[in-house]
Amino acid sequence: MPNINWFSRKDLTTAPIPNTWDALALFIVLGGILALGWTAQQMLGPFSLYHHTAVITLSPSALPEYALRSTLRMFIALCFSLLFTFTIGAWAAKSRRAERLIIPMVDLLQSIPVLGFLSLTVTGFIALFPGKLLGPECAAIFAIFTSQAWNMMLGFYQSLKTLPLNLSEAVRTMHLNAWQRFWRFEVPFAMPGLIWNTMLSLSAGWFFVVASEAISISNHSIRLPGIGSYIALAVEKADQHAIALAIATMFTVIFLYDQLIMRPLTYWAHQFSAQDQPSKRPWVVLIFSRTRLLKRLSNLMALFKDLKRKIHSTQRTKTTPIKRTNTSFKRIIQTMLGLMILGYSIWGLAQVDLSLFNTVNQDDVVQTIWLGLATTLRISICIVIATLLWVPIGVWIGLRPRYAAFLQPIIQFLAAFPANLLFPVVVMLIVKHHLNVNIWTSPLIILGTQWYILFNVIAGTQTLQKSMHYVANLFQLPNITWWRRLILPGIFPHLMTGIISAAGGAWNASIIAEYVEWGPHQLVATGLGGYIAVQYRDGDFAHLALGIIIMCLFVLIINRTIWAPLYHWAQKRCQ
Amino acid sequence: MAIPSSDPLIQLDRVSRSFPQDNRPDIVVVDECCLKIYPGEFVALIGKTGSGKSTLLRMIAGLIQPTEGTVLYQGQPVDKPVPGLSMVFQDFALLPWLSVLGNVELGLEALPYSRSERREKALRAIDMVGMDGFESAYPKELSGGMCQRVGLARALAVDPTILLMDEPFSALDTLTSENLRADLMDLWKTQQTNLSAILMVTHNIEEAALMADRILVFSADPGKIKIELQTQLQHPRSENDPQFKTLVDQVYDCITQAAQDYKPPGSRYKVIDLNYRLPKVSISELSGLLEALNAPEYARKADLSIFAEELHLDVDDLFQLIEVLEILRFMYLEEGDIVLTPIGRAFADADILSRKTIFAQQLLAHVPLVRHILRILEERHNQSATEARFLIELQDTLTEETSKEVLTIAIDWGRYAELFAYNVNTGLLSLEDPE
Repeated sequence: MPNINWFSRKDLTTAPIPNTWDALALFIVLGGILALGWTAQQMLGPFSLYHHTAVITLSPSALPEYALRSTLRMFIALCFSLLFTFTIGAWAAKSRRAERLIIPMVDLLQSIPVLGFLSLTVTGFIALFPGKLLGPECAAIFAIFTSQAWNMMLGFYQSLKTLPLNLSEAVRTMHLNAWQRFWRFEVPFAMPGLIWNTMLSLSAGWFFVVASEAISISNHSIRLPGIGSYIALAVEKADQHAIALAIATMFTVIFLYDQLIMRPLTYWAHQFSAQDQPSKRPWVVLIFSRTRLLKRLSNLMALFKDLKRKIHSTQRTKTTPIKRTNTSFKRIIQTMLGLMILGYSIWGLAQVDLSLFNTVNQDDVVQTIWLGLATTLRISICIVIATLLWVPIGVWIGLRPRYAAFLQPIIQFLAAFPANLLFPVVVMLIVKHHLNVNIWTSPLIILGTQWYILFNVIAGTQTLQKSMHYVANLFQLPNITWWRRLILPGIFPHLMTGIISAAGGAWNASIIAEYVEWGPHQLVATGLGGYIAVQYRDGDFAHLALGIIIMCLFVLIINRTIWAPLYHWAQKRCQ
Repeated sequence: MAIPSSDPLIQLDRVSRSFPQDNRPDIVVVDECCLKIYPGEFVALIGKTGSGKSTLLRMIAGLIQPTEGTVLYQGQPVDKPVPGLSMVFQDFALLPWLSVLGNVELGLEALPYSRSERREKALRAIDMVGMDGFESAYPKELSGGMCQRVGLARALAVDPTILLMDEPFSALDTLTSENLRADLMDLWKTQQTNLSAILMVTHNIEEAALMADRILVFSADPGKIKIELQTQLQHPRSENDPQFKTLVDQVYDCITQAAQDYKPPGSRYKVIDLNYRLPKVSISELSGLLEALNAPEYARKADLSIFAEELHLDVDDLFQLIEVLEILRFMYLEEGDIVLTPIGRAFADADILSRKTIFAQQLLAHVPLVRHILRILEERHNQSATEARFLIELQDTLTEETSKEVLTIAIDWGRYAELFAYNVNTGLLSLEDPE
């Protein structure tokens, strides 16, 4: 895939002009979520959460199990994300009516901070399974799901919308049925994009796995067995040794994940693309391609398929007439479903509004907007610093293919490593040296997502054609001209992708980066993330919802007014 | 050769296809076409790019529905792809993630064969096109010619009655396409398959003359089958055979004849209006052709088919070039010959800058769109206008895509003639020179 950089989030898919469907989507999404959270809270009544907490120990021998559980959570969420992608993504691509509502909705959903989702929905899940650990478990998985699904679904949807005409015509002349067409043509076509998006989602997901395992509501903490809880307990006990152990464990986990999943997947993705990009076979692929077992298994599958086909072909003549009547029936179902969702949202908003008006006043709104601006400023400064730092380094690496080949997997690895594991180390230093909280917690926001910038700059530099460098050499371009006329415009589209991804991730990170703890110390930086975290800790649903809505609006407005136009401009001008 | 007898396999009865436009009259791409294809026939459909011949082929394949009229296959209406009709595509349309075998098998998957039957049929088809040994290769490993062989195998594997081919050789180089063409004719003549008829769309006159029993000349605006040409020439045909040369000349004549319709009675030249679909021709091609025609060996007059062969132009390029040159009055067609006009000669003899002057003058005189753009720009007080303004005007009668194409060509020519300037970033046309 030349010139397409997949190491990015696909945040900017829809047209930047909001329309009535956007408004409807906004209404439904916010209404739905708020209603869910609010009703759940009502059902739950006063919190009684003690029996929701599993016993977490700081003993090193528990770590392997915790690591395994965290990983399991991640992959359960992945299964749901794939299911969501294949159903909703395909639905949006195939039905114009569904598309008009689903796409703005998902666009909106992805601008809601993942941890905001978690804090709004956790009470709901707890209410669903009272007294059991399953509630918070579902909430955690749901949060991880929300960090993966939107990105994957939008990528899949886009692939399906751009099926090449020549191929789809060829496939149509073969009379495949819808099921065969989907799995033999549409899914394989979308595969490279889907695999890359999945990898991105998985990498980003570790951050949320760690963050969603240990949550505290109304000063009660809920801890699920996992690495995130382990580290939370270590922070509470101010146990440096345990923190080091947790970091080491996570390092191993990510290493295995990288070797066993990321690399084989990257290799596999090439199979589906029209251009050949020879890459070295990862050792896992080598092992698998040499086993006979897999081949036997696939033969068995084929036999089963044959059997199914035979049954199918005898039935086909009977089933065709029934299908025709289905369309009007489907339409009725669709309309009814839509009306139900709409009705529920209206009801939910009506319910919630009442309770919100009681405690939230105008000052709160003004305050949260100011805090939002503070966070925006913090993120902007971090992005500028990261860009100034990584652009020269990235270009330097990108110009040296040998270093790039060696460093790229390492950067991928660093991007997957959950930065929140490193937070305690920074906080420790802040506490020890009495540093300014507002300044020194800022780097945490960008700690995990800065790699997107570096990675994209390297990739961008590599896409510059060799002949361009020859020209620059030939004319002996002075340094400044070389940067201004060749390098910066050349990498600009890639740099934008990197910056947008980093900024998107930073909003998410702000919720846990602006409020950090170390033993008895609680450090809160001025910002919307910190505000949300505090409201969350105190169990103040109304203010929490306010904070999240404001953050969501901030992200949405910045995406639509700054990033989307810039991104499209960069794509148009510099590529 | 097969003599049209019995019932037609394919029957098109006044088939039209138009594309609806928002708030504007529909654009007719194929207009009331009638066509019958009988068992044993190899029919070639020849015409310019964008003349609607591919649309016609897709309607027969059931990929596009006609807006009026009916397509019948063995007496049954075709409203979706039907078994028995198979198609080969210009760009092969192989799925990159499937091996050669996988691609060929895919066409068989909708049929009630078991896995082993499918494998057997696919292997036979691969064998037939000479691709055995490559079963496990992926399309990206193969050259264009090999890819098209796989495309052919895929089409033949389902044992079709009729093979539809959409410019099957135009993406291949000369030698490769010659080789594949010969193999296809061999397959067809030796009747290794149950194929009963072949319909091929092409814009290569020689190709049509080499292969087909019947050649249909398709003309554009709106797309119609203009002339039909039957031939009884024996296969294999040779390009040096005088009879074959006569056939090629005949086809050229037919196409020129089809193009003559645009000229007002009594005039040698073509006259166009504002929203005429300007052919996509670059200045360097125009200049090149004029220079060639002005060269001593032709001396301002040349036989069309010989000229085309020597310059290696296919019918598409040639007729588009001729069309533009006729519009600009640099040359005209006369009984199968192209003749350079004095202006054309002046252009060919001129240096770079004087060429621009001559070109500008002809452009303003004979291309209404360029004249229109210039007039609007002069009327405006800031002497500039957006391209969108002109696009909207063009879209009254052209599709969105075609409007863009036409405007791009007009802008291109106008820029070359230094009549106006254009900024791609702002989409602004202006009289001023760029800063």
